[in-house]
Amino acid sequence: MRMNRREFLQLLAVAAGGGLALHNDFAQAAQAAGQLYDLPRFGNVSLLHITDCHAQLLPIYFREPNVNLGIGAMQGKVPHLVGEHLLKAFHIKPGTAEAHAFTYLDFEQAARTYGKVGGFAHLATLVKRVKASRPGALLLDGGDTWQGSGTALWTNAQDMVDACKLLGVDVMTLHWEATYGEERVKEIEEKDFAGQIDIVAQNVKTTDFGDPVFKPYVIKPINGIPVAIIGQAFPYTPIANPRWQVPNWSYGIQDENMQAVVDEARGKGAQVVVVLSHNGMDVDLKMASRVKGIDAIFGGHTHDGVPQPVVVKHSGGQTLVTNAGSNGKYLGVMDFDVKHGKVVGYRYRLLPVFANFLPADRDMQALIDKVRAPYLDKLSEKLAVTEGLLYRRGNFNGTFDQVICDALMHVKGADIAFSPGFRWGTSLLPGDTITLEHVLDQTAITYPWTTLTEMTGTTIKTVLEDVCDNLFNPDPYYQQGGDMVRVGGLQYTCDPTASMGNRIQDMRLKGQPLDPNKVYKVAGWAPVSEEAKGAGAPIWDVVAEYLRAIKTVKPVELNLPTLKGVAGNPGIAL
Amino acid sequence: MIKQRREVLKTGGGLGVLGLLAAAGVIKPELALAAWNESAFKAGSLEKTLAALGAGKPANSGDISINAPDIAENGAVVPIGVSTSLPKVESIAILIEKNPDALAAIFKLPEGTEANVQTRCKMGQTSNVYALVKADGKFLMAMKEVKVTLGGCGG
Repeated sequence: MRMNRREFLQLLAVAAGGGLALHNDFAQAAQAAGQLYDLPRFGNVSLLHITDCHAQLLPIYFREPNVNLGIGAMQGKVPHLVGEHLLKAFHIKPGTAEAHAFTYLDFEQAARTYGKVGGFAHLATLVKRVKASRPGALLLDGGDTWQGSGTALWTNAQDMVDACKLLGVDVMTLHWEATYGEERVKEIEEKDFAGQIDIVAQNVKTTDFGDPVFKPYVIKPINGIPVAIIGQAFPYTPIANPRWQVPNWSYGIQDENMQAVVDEARGKGAQVVVVLSHNGMDVDLKMASRVKGIDAIFGGHTHDGVPQPVVVKHSGGQTLVTNAGSNGKYLGVMDFDVKHGKVVGYRYRLLPVFANFLPADRDMQALIDKVRAPYLDKLSEKLAVTEGLLYRRGNFNGTFDQVICDALMHVKGADIAFSPGFRWGTSLLPGDTITLEHVLDQTAITYPWTTLTEMTGTTIKTVLEDVCDNLFNPDPYYQQGGDMVRVGGLQYTCDPTASMGNRIQDMRLKGQPLDPNKVYKVAGWAPVSEEAKGAGAPIWDVVAEYLRAIKTVKPVELNLPTLKGVAGNPGIAL
Repeated sequence: MIKQRREVLKTGGGLGVLGLLAAAGVIKPELALAAWNESAFKAGSLEKTLAALGAGKPANSGDISINAPDIAENGAVVPIGVSTSLPKVESIAILIEKNPDALAAIFKLPEGTEANVQTRCKMGQTSNVYALVKADGKFLMAMKEVKVTLGGCGG
């Protein structure tokens, strides 16, 4: 069922009158929906936050994960709660629009009822509405904004740069932006963004002398109150993404430097100090416990839609830690009450951007239509129809990743396929046509080459153990974010609670144990080494070729590892 | 506008500036010629290296801090720094447990020198990194794990 806004509102009236039950308490939820975006003003300093939109200019579907495990001290803690556990922790009523926004529960039915989420034209309307009631409010962008779509890739990020300027972003920090290379990032900073958007990152320095590459922070007055916004770029950019794209930039977490920057900003009179972070939520929570003097960390990277901040208490007071999801699905609104030079109260909402509830902003829609026009024919090529739900997000696999692995094995003639555990990538409902644009939503990166490598069983285990430690190391500072590498062909058992080197067990290929010394053909994509530059055909060509040939994608059976040590963990619901 | 020293060096003509630094006495060639402790640098394991340095089993010290990444960006050149507030520091050594020869560097500090050194080390795999400080005739140590990973796959 697809509706425009008018039809939707008409339906609401009918539903309210006739007791038409669509999604449990839909009528009630929808009546409240008008009020969803009607936020009374609070306090005197407001900061709006978007993050990880991954270049999604149009409304999309995005299914939240049913596997997002927390291990060790993180077990059972926000953000490692899925489905009903998350609803319970945040007192969200099941079957409501918000329950749909924050969880995977009844995803297909609810998605058909509430429609798509995000889209810059709809987000622009919401930003304008919230700003209208909050004079002086700033809009912060946590990064992963320039990557994730065909048009962002083909315009060298220009479509997103222009859209962010029109949206009114004031300050941003970085992660995937760097995959366009140092020169392009600096060009945008110095030309397109000059006088309008500040890029901040206290933890990016030159590799030679350790000089700053970006402003570490900015201080902006909001209603006469100086507010410092410190940037924290994704600390492991040169590791998780190709180092050759940022050869002269060094990153890292750098707590000590963060403390020095916080102290400096306070020294210069900042009454509110916030960090715009791309650390990922577990790293932000640890950093909040170690660095004093931060009022709030606005987080991203791990794509966690967290309805309310986590309050981290420490000797210097407290720090609020938020995470604002991904793909343009949410707008975070933080209202601070600042009195006598300090924050004395706050209110926070993470607003889901339901495209059906928010009319498209005309100027933004015009910009989007204009940037898409030259590519429309190419983007809309129909490749296949999916019979099942396609999504990516989850610690171990997603149905769309399974299709990518199948395509890699089929087209490259491999025994085994690896696909990176990226957390971006939109969802498709059963019956949807898969266009080239949808494939690019899962694959559009600046190092898209496919590879076919001969690996021994021992090497395969080493790779899986390495990636698994990046996800499940009990110390978040040793995690890189992202999810487990997706595996096609190979079955294995995984114990996330075990130590490095012991998590991956019982690897099997077609039922036979993997031979440590035998050589297997392994297909993959997104190689980070410079030697692999230009290796095989781009991944989107490989997937498109496969989809054109099969025409119909049958409901996908997920190749998931057998899990150990996760019984009772509220970060998983199977 | 952020001024970076790399740009200054580029426009200053690289070697010319280094020459100036040398002329100004910032870089002294003879600094590189301190005694080479071959037996310690080729001792192999952590334990044998400590023995070769005459350090025995040093106690841990909270006054030594290791400035190194949690995860190395490039295992071939991992920046590792050591600083300490301990008085009368005579030497600072950097030891990498999983390297074939654990001793990566040793700095001899003349009296009155600020105890703050940095270098880059090669690491083939995830390892504990130790800072061994000799201060006032006694050896003390601190440890930090530095992870070396295959990379890729980040969110």
